[in-house]
Amino acid sequence: MSHFIDRRLNPKGKSLGNRQRFFRRAKGQIKEAVNRSLRDRSVKELEKSGKISIPAKSTAEPRFRLDGASGRRQHVHPGNKEFSTGDRLRKPPQGGGKGGKDASDSGDGEDNFSFTLTQDEFLDIFFEDLELPNLIKTSLKEMTAWKWRRAGVTVTGAPTNLNLIRTMKNAHGRRLALKRPSTKEVNELKERLFNLERIAQPTDEQRAEMKAVLAKLEELEARRRWAPYIDPLDVRYNAFAPQPIPTTAAVMFCLMDVSGSMGEREKDLAKRFYMLLYLFLQKRYEKVEVVFIRHTHHAEEVDEETFFYSRQSGGTIVSTAIEVMQEIQRDRFPTDDWNIYVAQASDGYTQSGDAQRCVQLLNEEVLPILQYYAYIEILDEREMDVFSDPDAGAELWRAYRSIKDPRFAQTRIAHPRDIFPVFRELFSKEKKGQAA
Amino acid sequence: MSATPKSDNLLFSEAAWTFADLQRTFDAIEDIGLNDLGLDVYKNQIEIITSEQMLDAYSSHGMPLMYRHWSFGKAFARDSMNYQKGYTGLAYEIVINSDPCISYLMEENSMTMQALVMAHACMGHNHFFKNNYLFQQWTDASSILTYLDFAKKYIARCEDEYGWEEVEQTLDAAHALQDQGVFRYNRPPKLSQTEMRAKVEARLEHERENFNDLWRTLPQREEDEEAAEARLGEVRNIKLPEENLLYFIEKASPSLRPWQRELIRIVRNVSQYFYPQKQTKVMNEGCATFVHHYIMNELHRRGQISDGSILEFLHSHSSVVFQPEFDDPRYSGINPYALGFAMMEDIVRIVTDPTDEDREWFPAMAGHGDWRGELKNAWANFRDESFIQQYLSPKVIRDFGFFALGDDGRKPYYRVEAIHDEMGYRDVRNALSTMYDLGMHEPNLQVVGADLSGDRTLKIRHTVYKDRILDRRTQDAVMGHLKFLWGYDVELEQDKAEA
Repeated sequence: MSHFIDRRLNPKGKSLGNRQRFFRRAKGQIKEAVNRSLRDRSVKELEKSGKISIPAKSTAEPRFRLDGASGRRQHVHPGNKEFSTGDRLRKPPQGGGKGGKDASDSGDGEDNFSFTLTQDEFLDIFFEDLELPNLIKTSLKEMTAWKWRRAGVTVTGAPTNLNLIRTMKNAHGRRLALKRPSTKEVNELKERLFNLERIAQPTDEQRAEMKAVLAKLEELEARRRWAPYIDPLDVRYNAFAPQPIPTTAAVMFCLMDVSGSMGEREKDLAKRFYMLLYLFLQKRYEKVEVVFIRHTHHAEEVDEETFFYSRQSGGTIVSTAIEVMQEIQRDRFPTDDWNIYVAQASDGYTQSGDAQRCVQLLNEEVLPILQYYAYIEILDEREMDVFSDPDAGAELWRAYRSIKDPRFAQTRIAHPRDIFPVFRELFSKEKKGQAA
Repeated sequence: MSATPKSDNLLFSEAAWTFADLQRTFDAIEDIGLNDLGLDVYKNQIEIITSEQMLDAYSSHGMPLMYRHWSFGKAFARDSMNYQKGYTGLAYEIVINSDPCISYLMEENSMTMQALVMAHACMGHNHFFKNNYLFQQWTDASSILTYLDFAKKYIARCEDEYGWEEVEQTLDAAHALQDQGVFRYNRPPKLSQTEMRAKVEARLEHERENFNDLWRTLPQREEDEEAAEARLGEVRNIKLPEENLLYFIEKASPSLRPWQRELIRIVRNVSQYFYPQKQTKVMNEGCATFVHHYIMNELHRRGQISDGSILEFLHSHSSVVFQPEFDDPRYSGINPYALGFAMMEDIVRIVTDPTDEDREWFPAMAGHGDWRGELKNAWANFRDESFIQQYLSPKVIRDFGFFALGDDGRKPYYRVEAIHDEMGYRDVRNALSTMYDLGMHEPNLQVVGADLSGDRTLKIRHTVYKDRILDRRTQDAVMGHLKFLWGYDVELEQDKAEA
């Protein structure tokens, strides 16, 4: 006796609940492992799913076991070639038995437990409790984009929107209800009348019939006028209602000082910051554009390769970059359609007097139209200690300190491992709470 | 051997399978299994699943349903990575000791593999589950799925009611003690074996019948007096020492709430359900492998599968029973398939075509001719340890080149204590048999005292055998779990065995 059941179409992922529990259990370690791999990996690999290792201890499943190194016991192994009874074999170093029994299948005793995260899981853990400020405000509350959507039918409207089918249906129903005489019925009577009228010498009978037909015809005509074929009551129009749609596109402006004072190290730090921001935006928006603007004493839009890897000499005027950014934004990224983010990286030096110009530009023109402006100042590792006081710093830093807009944030980094905490700080939920 | 099989007799001719192929082939396999080998099986339920579903099943002990716990998620994470990275393949099948006997077949298998798997699982394992005394005695095939369904829902309810943290903590603690949650030799006191089975069955029956009641009234927050009285009555009946730690804690812990006791019972029951499988790996796989080997060859002899199929089968079969030698990098212990299959083939040889050596070693069995009866007797009445002790012949020892290594923790070397020669056969056999005796390498822990009216200290004793002490690295963690369940102090003592 047997029967076959095809289970292939059953939902898979039955163990999802267990996976979630496992993640919950090892959450701290998994997040740490993800953060660690962020620092070590090159940024382009960031989005990939990947293998991570967490300390086995956090998810150990301890059992009472016998100590493998203690006591006396015997193992039987296959494949004897030259051993005779009484031979002595030196134990391998570290005392690890080679018998399969010692390796427990639960993976305890190993230092690390490795497994694979899917891309989604990886990014979710990375972005956990991060949120972009004002995001909800723009994309949901201040929905500036509208789209016309069908919204049923109405009794008023423009003739172009006439819904013929609904109109005719209504008319048909009304005609049936009001018993409007059909054209066929009227025509029959008319024909009969015509035939009667053609008789030269009608009999009394025929005359009476003619009269009756005439009367009937008049009644029908009256009725037809009273219940018209199409009545204004029947007419229906397609209705359209404007529906707000959240803006689902974002543009990210990367502004960077590429003058001589910015070395490979500084650029690398900036790059990592930009890429994290990019990833984050990509996660939140359907479409994300990136514009790279580099500047020395003048600014220009460049491609990514040039942005990060070509060098230029010259002075430093930060405001030029802000102006170029405004220009591009006006040309290509209207605020109706785009959420605008700006990330600026610099070593903090600018031509004297320019910092004030930047602050003015930001306060008066730039900040009102964008979602977020992040300024990161990249320091030498040695400088980091000197500038632990937020009020001390280079000219630009001090000038930016005067900006009170919640959409503006500034911070300092000196080392790759600073980036992630900084990133979190910039976009943390708490920040948003303050801003609101 | 007959000549080339007639092609119109073939059950299938292509690698791709259809349900009609499966059914036709199953019928032919069943015919050989029941009428030729004389197997006695539960009704079969064969389910076709995808590789992803197979991975799902892996992580929950191969059961189609299981309660939720993070450790299963961990197992799944490991298995799926190993599979995706190609470190391991997937089993061709999973079979569940239940009535009806459920076998999972992977859709990726070729038709020949499906035939192999059906012979292996639906005939071999199925017969073993139904007939081996350990399974008969300790597992209830007909109700396991119902019970797991109850367990899963019950634990989900508890998570809702008491929060996942508490449930997880209790399950973690119970899992840490699950190896100590089985009855090995002692029955619960004052009950004969049959009485106890009747009781177990009655309770399961009760649970089934009152399923909806359970739903409505459970999980209980506090224990009412009547239930507490009944429970304490059971506790008074427990004669110490008690080897089933979880059982004792479930009944006697002063601090657990009723739903926690139920969770412990669930873990304990699942552990007990799998205990026979741990003791019969060699026999169970040997039985299934022997059966599939016989059936596939018989199908070929009858001209029901093609030469190509039998070659594909042999290729797969020989990798299943491949035993790397100890100095091979692939070596990871004795392959239960290889040992079991070799011993069962050897039994057939001894029964039908014995040598003088066999007559000396197995006077009762050698040459009596009824190998089917002999195997069925072995499958029914032995576990790995006793099976090896009874049936391992010098020839198999020679074929494998078995040798016994003595390992004394205090000495820097191993000593070769016996090899495959006249003097060594019995020692090798004893040593191998001992290796499969779970009692020898699982620590022997017992509850020896519980001061229920005084300071409520629980006393546990580890009886040390051959100087083997508990592993310190895990001992403290498990003791922590034990204390959590008990709620009061727990003392552990390590004592030398008197003998």
